[in-house]
Amino acid sequence: MSAWEVVIGLETHAQLQTKSKIFSGASTAFGADPNRQACAVDIALPGVLPVLNREAVVCAIKFGLAIGAQIAPRSIFARKNYFYPDLPKGYQISQFELPVVSGGGLTIRVGAGETAQEKTVRLTRAHLEEDAGKSLHEDFHGRTGIDLNRAGTPLLEIVTEPDMRSSAEAVAYAKALHSLVTWIGICDGNMQEGSFRCDANVSVRKPGGPLGTRREIKNLNSFRFLQQAIDYEIQWQINEIEEGRKIQQATVLFDPDTGETRAMRSKEDAHDYRYFPDPDLLPLEIKPDWIAEVRSSLPELPQAMQQRFQADYGLSAYDAATLAATRASARFFEDTVAAAGKEQAKLCANWVMGELAARLNRDEKEIAASPVSAAQLAGMVRRIADGTLSSKLAKEVFEALWNGEGQDADAIIEARGLKQVSDASAIEPIIDTVLAANQKSVEEFRAGKEKAFNALVGQIMKATQGKANPQQVNELLRKKLGV
Amino acid sequence: MSLSLDDVSRIARLARIEISPAETEHTRDQLNHILAFVEQLQAVDTTGIEPMAHAVDVVQRLRPDAVTEADRRDAFQAIAPETEAGLYLVPRVVE
Repeated sequence: MSAWEVVIGLETHAQLQTKSKIFSGASTAFGADPNRQACAVDIALPGVLPVLNREAVVCAIKFGLAIGAQIAPRSIFARKNYFYPDLPKGYQISQFELPVVSGGGLTIRVGAGETAQEKTVRLTRAHLEEDAGKSLHEDFHGRTGIDLNRAGTPLLEIVTEPDMRSSAEAVAYAKALHSLVTWIGICDGNMQEGSFRCDANVSVRKPGGPLGTRREIKNLNSFRFLQQAIDYEIQWQINEIEEGRKIQQATVLFDPDTGETRAMRSKEDAHDYRYFPDPDLLPLEIKPDWIAEVRSSLPELPQAMQQRFQADYGLSAYDAATLAATRASARFFEDTVAAAGKEQAKLCANWVMGELAARLNRDEKEIAASPVSAAQLAGMVRRIADGTLSSKLAKEVFEALWNGEGQDADAIIEARGLKQVSDASAIEPIIDTVLAANQKSVEEFRAGKEKAFNALVGQIMKATQGKANPQQVNELLRKKLGV
Repeated sequence: MSLSLDDVSRIARLARIEISPAETEHTRDQLNHILAFVEQLQAVDTTGIEPMAHAVDVVQRLRPDAVTEADRRDAFQAIAPETEAGLYLVPRVVE
């Protein structure tokens, strides 16, 4: 029994996929020369005024609808005041009271395969805000360099209730959220470029007891770091408490090189942000007809699609969740099924999740860029279904398709003579030859050694270059041996 | 409600405004004078009235999502105290 219960809440910053910034008409494209995409508003020249980007609001509405949250008919922008050189206004425009999205939840699957458990993580809120610029501390003879290209980039900060109980649950939530925001097209999900980053609030307590003091791990930009940082932090907090020390509320950073978390030195006033409504921005009004318009633009959501996969195709919850992990994978699967026939859905699922996924993974390719198209895979699946291909021959066909060595499965089967042989009159003479050449195995089998039977099957398959229908070989061989 | 000298020093520190002890006293008196006005306002019964976030009762106008700003880095950096390699330079800040 574990003596400690872990309590985790996540705050995620998702960068919204808009062309221009949240309050200015400067570009948000990644990787530009420093400060070439920082306009007068972004660098906070005196006298400038922010004007809200409609598309950023659309993104927030889409997200709210996708998680079943309330969309505020009226929400307020606030100034969050702090001083740092990459925040030239001296405040960040964010939302405090009355965020655009509140409530809702996200269903996650924790654990592996068919034994995974479902759980719903409740969301507290999601609000719109602007990103800060970037500080570069090296190479400027004791000075800090400031790049304000990122300043003013629209973010949706998504906050959960403290509903997660392990690093595995936190990672499952982060993955589900990542999948959702990319699915509905509001965020590109690029974690290396910082488009999707997590802060984790971690505390431990005696089961059922009051919440412990939390520490916040900042800026985790990979699922692996999220897991490592939380695991380290949990162990650290348990050790501290068991050795009689108290946890102090703190902001900590994770060092990927050492795998440790470490408290940032912070001034006592650091968290006094003195929020107040931004007088430069009027209340944001979202009317029901706007919400309805956005709702009609949403694609089918992952949860609904998973249920449909189970109901229509007879797939397991695990298969459905795996295939609908991304929109691209779901589309590929559905295209394959559409071409192969609905009754082959399970076979299609097995190939998409099995051989295709493994091959994509090995070559570090996205499914959208798969060398084997859905139509090609479907063509091959049809040949497995009608008995032309054994699973072994199918692998060879798949490999050839992958390498572009044929237009479709039928062309490859034809060119290489890969047709499975299910014709008894063709297989029987081969069996006779093999039996004649392997009298010893035959005697061993008659003496009760089942292994010898398998050896004979192996010989026959070899003699047919793997083309004989294995099931039929089994049957014919047993008949010949009189068993 | 009234502010102490410590309150004023703290607010000044948060706003990064340097004030002398004499200014602190003067500022405290001024702020307390403003707070006295606020007290009069607070005497008004506002039961059942929805708070406003802005003095005028209109809503936010929205912009279409289009890039409308050209690169004016050279003009902006011409009036910056110090720049290098396209970056604005500031006294070193490290957490």
